[in-house]
Amino acid sequence: MILKAPLSEEEVRSLRVGQQVSVDGTVFIGRDEVHMRALELHGQGKLLPVDLEDGILYHCGPIVKRDSKGWKVIAAGPTTSARMNALEPDFIREFGIRAIIGKGGMSRPTVEAMREHGCVYLAFTGGAAVLAAQGISRVRGVEWLDLGMPEALWIVEAKGLGPLTVAIDAHGNSLYEMVEERVQESLPAVRLRLGL
Amino acid sequence: MLATMVGNLIEEVVVQLLRDAVTTLPPDVVQALRRAESRETSEVARSQLRTILDNIDAADRLAVPMCQDTGVHVFYVTGPVDASVEESIRSGVARATEEIPLRPNAVHPLTRENPGTNVAVGLPHIVHYPTDDEFLEITVLPKGAGSENMTALAMLSPADGISGVKRFILDTVVRAGGRPCPPTIVGVGIGGTSDLAVSLAKEALLRPLDLPNIDPELAALEDQLTEALNLTGIGPMGLGGDTTVLGVRVSTAYCHTASLPVAVNLQCWAARRATARIYPDGRVRFGRSPFDP
Repeated sequence: MILKAPLSEEEVRSLRVGQQVSVDGTVFIGRDEVHMRALELHGQGKLLPVDLEDGILYHCGPIVKRDSKGWKVIAAGPTTSARMNALEPDFIREFGIRAIIGKGGMSRPTVEAMREHGCVYLAFTGGAAVLAAQGISRVRGVEWLDLGMPEALWIVEAKGLGPLTVAIDAHGNSLYEMVEERVQESLPAVRLRLGL
Repeated sequence: MLATMVGNLIEEVVVQLLRDAVTTLPPDVVQALRRAESRETSEVARSQLRTILDNIDAADRLAVPMCQDTGVHVFYVTGPVDASVEESIRSGVARATEEIPLRPNAVHPLTRENPGTNVAVGLPHIVHYPTDDEFLEITVLPKGAGSENMTALAMLSPADGISGVKRFILDTVVRAGGRPCPPTIVGVGIGGTSDLAVSLAKEALLRPLDLPNIDPELAALEDQLTEALNLTGIGPMGLGGDTTVLGVRVSTAYCHTASLPVAVNLQCWAARRATARIYPDGRVRFGRSPFDP
């Protein structure tokens, strides 16, 4: 299934954990510093240089190279989303994000914000940076380059970005929490195997 | 003396080592990932491993970094070293950052200022072991933050013994979950001082997955831990499955009679490493892990 940005709430709410999708259209790449600066500007009542509403946010710190024809994404796998745990619920609510691509999942408050607003978390295989770059057809722009290449806000055009697994849906389900529960259940057997 | 003679050569070799390390994986790691993919019973896990293997092929074909996090760079150097060797390594890293390119990851810890070269105070991190060899051997281990951030150290009581060590390793892997990009290689350092335990845990990652520990008891411990950690079901990327770790590598050192330090340093599936040996006559031998003496 192909998700094309911008996304509607209805479209997002139709997704369920475990489904596999790919993404087309505009994707905003941002991680730690983008979250901090965006929320800071918003708090001061200032506008962001881009409109994130109904958009797709990609947790990634890419390698981008500039040549005579402009910017080119060389490698762009997902970064660990958990680092954004404290900022993401506000980010989703304030800017109206509909999907987040990342790795490793996010904590309960973010899962709740996703359920309330209608937003999903799409897991991309960590480190699959070359496949990700192949799913990005061009760089449309960059903002806040003073934050450094990995931390800047990159605006890119995706074409077949994936495969992505719906790992948190807009109904409060998290594949990570399900796995975590199974891991906890497995621990007695694991300890036994270790002679503990 | 060797060092001053071959300064430019060292810089060339460092660029080549980084290129090899970040664009292709050592054969033992690829083999372990392939074996895992063929054995997985979970569909989601198989898809994660297939994506990893496809990505490795694409990086190799296009000669680009397999992961955008090209890490910070730890170098292990043996042989005759003077200050110029360190300088050559530093200039090699800066050149590689520009040419390959590598992501400029090195920033000031507090201001987060980024010089853009991966070369700054303390980085690259260069560990030197003096030897009487005429040749210089350089191994690079690019270390990404996703796995590095899961590093853990425990100063156990001697009474905690091997059970305490196993418990701590299990807790660390379970707590890390999907964040270090599993399937991981688990580097374990037991003994030494606190700092040595952490160094041992990282350096243990240099031993290829198809090379058993020379100490039979530690080899058995590694096998037992590998099997047990894969029963947790964390799976590739923490999305569930049979493959949480590709292997466990344990290194030990003697420690204080009142101490039992244990450190865990996780390595993501992109277990990048490369080694070169530079001879005084300018010959260079390339490999993917430290050569046998």
